[in-house]
Amino acid sequence: MIEVRRLIKRFGLKTVLRGLDFRVERGEFVALLGPNGAGKTTFLRILASLSRPSLGEVRIAGFRLPGQASAVRRRLGVVSHLPLLYGDLTAEENLRFYGRMYAVPDLDKRVTEVLEMVGLASRRRDLVRTFSRGMQQRLAIGRAVLHDPEVMLFDEPHTGLDQDASAMLDTVLGEVAARGRTVVMTSHDLARAADLASRFDILSRGVIAASVQRADIAANDLLAFYRQATQDA
Amino acid sequence: MKRESALVTRDTQYTVRNPLLSFLRALSAVVWKDLSAEMRSRELLSAMLVFALLVILIFNFALDLDPKTRQESTITAGVLWVIFTFAGTLGLNRSMAVEKDRGCIDGLLLAPVDRSAIYFGKTIANLVFMLIVEIIVLPIYSLLYNVNLFQPGLLLVTLLGSVGYVAVGTLLATMAVQARTRDVLLPILLFPVVLPIVLSAVKASGGFLDGIEMTEIRPWLNLLVVYDIIFIAIAFMVFDFVVEE
Repeated sequence: MIEVRRLIKRFGLKTVLRGLDFRVERGEFVALLGPNGAGKTTFLRILASLSRPSLGEVRIAGFRLPGQASAVRRRLGVVSHLPLLYGDLTAEENLRFYGRMYAVPDLDKRVTEVLEMVGLASRRRDLVRTFSRGMQQRLAIGRAVLHDPEVMLFDEPHTGLDQDASAMLDTVLGEVAARGRTVVMTSHDLARAADLASRFDILSRGVIAASVQRADIAANDLLAFYRQATQDA
Repeated sequence: MKRESALVTRDTQYTVRNPLLSFLRALSAVVWKDLSAEMRSRELLSAMLVFALLVILIFNFALDLDPKTRQESTITAGVLWVIFTFAGTLGLNRSMAVEKDRGCIDGLLLAPVDRSAIYFGKTIANLVFMLIVEIIVLPIYSLLYNVNLFQPGLLLVTLLGSVGYVAVGTLLATMAVQARTRDVLLPILLFPVVLPIVLSAVKASGGFLDGIEMTEIRPWLNLLVVYDIIFIAIAFMVFDFVVEE
């Protein structure tokens, strides 16, 4: 579903991604772990078609980036630590706006479905700026799944959430993954990643330093695995 | 059960529909979104209006010292366009800041639409805001300065000048919003580029206020139209590159 070969990303003289190779099969939930400055967000922005690779090949659902970005965007849902929502619009208006941008069919019904999915149906007519951080993040997930994407990218979605909001977000993330969507999630939180992901990739110094399947590692050993990988890179 | 039903994978159609319809749908969605949000917050319009009215008052007192100068058409045209361009800069900055603050610009760029639809949507919304300010400023200026500004020719110049100003302003505001010093950066980038439009607009406005022959005004009007077309065409071509990192 996602195939990345020898990806290099430079910002001026600084090279952030150094020949990164990455592959995700359909239905996999990959947690992309790594220290600050490892290039996680840069990599996710390239996958999301928000940034161009300097060199290398990126394909999502068979479509090449950046050349076929529009076809990729139709199949992509993105959630970042920012909500990407308009504070002066209501929850319903935000979803309706994005629905029109994605040409979602039967939009009224779909907006209602999604609001119920993220538990915000009763607040549909409230302005987003009155929402708590957790509610905004739930609505952000609703925005991202509105057009029923095949691939979902989450960039540190738990940032700034309290325990309750994080737990609720995990429930929604779990439902997203359980329905067969391909998910890539960056995170600093190894414990949460261990609960959700089917595979863990460690990104360090611009390359995938190590990768392990959930079935092949005990949750308790993940921290040691992470430390070893980041030290070796 | 309802929570789950929303996640059931549906046979979503990923085929590209009519590109023109898709373009117009995205454009109208962006315009609707900007106008709806502004109707609620009124942050942008109130800032532009308060600024414009303050500038009118300041010029009113300043020029009151010399009644003859006050009546001169070049002064009137100059003051008007100072008000429009400065108030417009406030509006352009605010319009793009809204997109940047919550990461909404990424939300727009992630949509599978022609990015020029986003540009034109933002431009039309900004033009509406600027025209609203102008509609309020013109009668107030007419009253305070005892000048009739409701002449069809002058209104046409105001419209053409505003179109060119907003077309290039929206593009440059999109560039400036990426910088930390966006509030300072936009006027520095914008005013030198937009100079031909402001100059043509002032000259044409002055001509209409003086009641001079149309043949003398027409070159300035033509210049305005040409610059509008050039700026819109350039923005259409480069917007995709401007919004990418």
